Amino acid sequence: MGLKLFYHPLSQPSRSLYIFLKYNNIPFEARVVDLKEGEHLTQEFKEKFNRFQKVPFIHDDNFVLSESIAIIRYLASKYEIKDNLYPSNFKQRALIDEYLEWQHHNTRQHFAMFTQHLWFIPLRTGTPADQKEVEKYEKALQETLDKIENLWLGNNSYLCGHKISVADLFAACEIEEPRLGGYDPTKGRPKIKEWLERVRTELNPAYAEAHAALNEVASLHKI
Amino acid sequence: MVLKYYYDLISEPSRALYILLKINKIPFKKHPVNLLKFENLTDEFKTKLNRFQKVPFIHDNDFILTESIAIVRYLSREYGIKDSLYPQDSKHQALVDEYLEWQHHNTRLLIALYTRHKLFKPLLTGDEPDLNLVSKYKRGVVKTMDKIENLWLRDQKFICGNILTVADIFAACEIEQPRMTGFDPTKGRPKLETWMNEVRKELDPVYSEAHLVLNELAANNEKAKL
Repeated sequence: MGLKLFYHPLSQPSRSLYIFLKYNNIPFEARVVDLKEGEHLTQEFKEKFNRFQKVPFIHDDNFVLSESIAIIRYLASKYEIKDNLYPSNFKQRALIDEYLEWQHHNTRQHFAMFTQHLWFIPLRTGTPADQKEVEKYEKALQETLDKIENLWLGNNSYLCGHKISVADLFAACEIEEPRLGGYDPTKGRPKIKEWLERVRTELNPAYAEAHAALNEVASLHKI
Repeated sequence: MVLKYYYDLISEPSRALYILLKINKIPFKKHPVNLLKFENLTDEFKTKLNRFQKVPFIHDNDFILTESIAIVRYLSREYGIKDSLYPQDSKHQALVDEYLEWQHHNTRLLIALYTRHKLFKPLLTGDEPDLNLVSKYKRGVVKTMDKIENLWLRDQKFICGNILTVADIFAACEIEQPRMTGFDPTKGRPKLETWMNEVRKELDPVYSEAHLVLNELAANNEKAKL
């Protein structure tokens, strides 16, 4: 019993939740769902674990919850967390919520689509990447990075001000993802590179631990 | 100063927040923004009103907030929203949040893409709609309606249980949208239709008021077909 996180280390929001739990010293049981073998696609999984058949999700005793942002909010209301990550002050919290909602159709969508076409689909089907699709999603990814630099970071150290918050955590875990396909989104973007370094340093060792599997795949592209 | 609400009733989340403000009797000043006239795309708009250049958003004195779901949460803390609509209890609230987060890549995304390619893009550019994209996103909308019926409504009266919540308001405002193109996603789906009628009934007269423009466009569309 207790809190159980169902996740996969190559899923961006899975890593965000894993880091959030570790960084706040919240006790939990980590349970990897074998997405590659389609464990989540069985009827048994749907009935027993999660009707949406996606990761991440949690079981907190009998309470089942999916959607990473909903989970973060639930955890923040139940456990003691570092206040700057998700402040109890109304206005400060609202500005972090603003990023968490904005990212769905920006960072989340475009980084996921790009990595899918660059890496996941070729890996699964054994055929080379469709360059036209890759280029289309790369453009959307780069536009998102422009927005992160200009509309979010501006002159701040972090996305929502001068302190690290869950907005940075979710953004960083997305921006790491295309490295799976040998693509470095920080290339030619010193501001994003510095920000990402700050996030990594602040959230280590949990951050590095959560990204071990991704880093291993990424390192193959350097050989 | 009273809360300023910037919106266009042609936008789904704009209608959802409009209804939410009204039924909770939160006083606000109306600031309609005409998206079809690109009022949101000027530099002045960007620097003075909202750097993201989208609606809906609020100005609460000098506090500016965008993103409809973030605004719901802010209003519930700062102004108070009926507990049944957005419960304070953390588990109940989490289950409403689950829908509010889920909808971004389902109800919201697919209905927006469908109506963009079927209606808004042709309307604004004068180009013929790209029929491949239109039918692709229509299939997406149909699949999403299956999910709303089978993963959300199931044998419940509303999306998150037997009481109407903000999840129903957001879902209903989306599902109304394709009627502007002559496509009613509830047609042939008695469960969804019953739910939609319940939502309308519970939220009227505010609901109808928020959907006035949409209903007019939908009626014109029907006439054009005759």
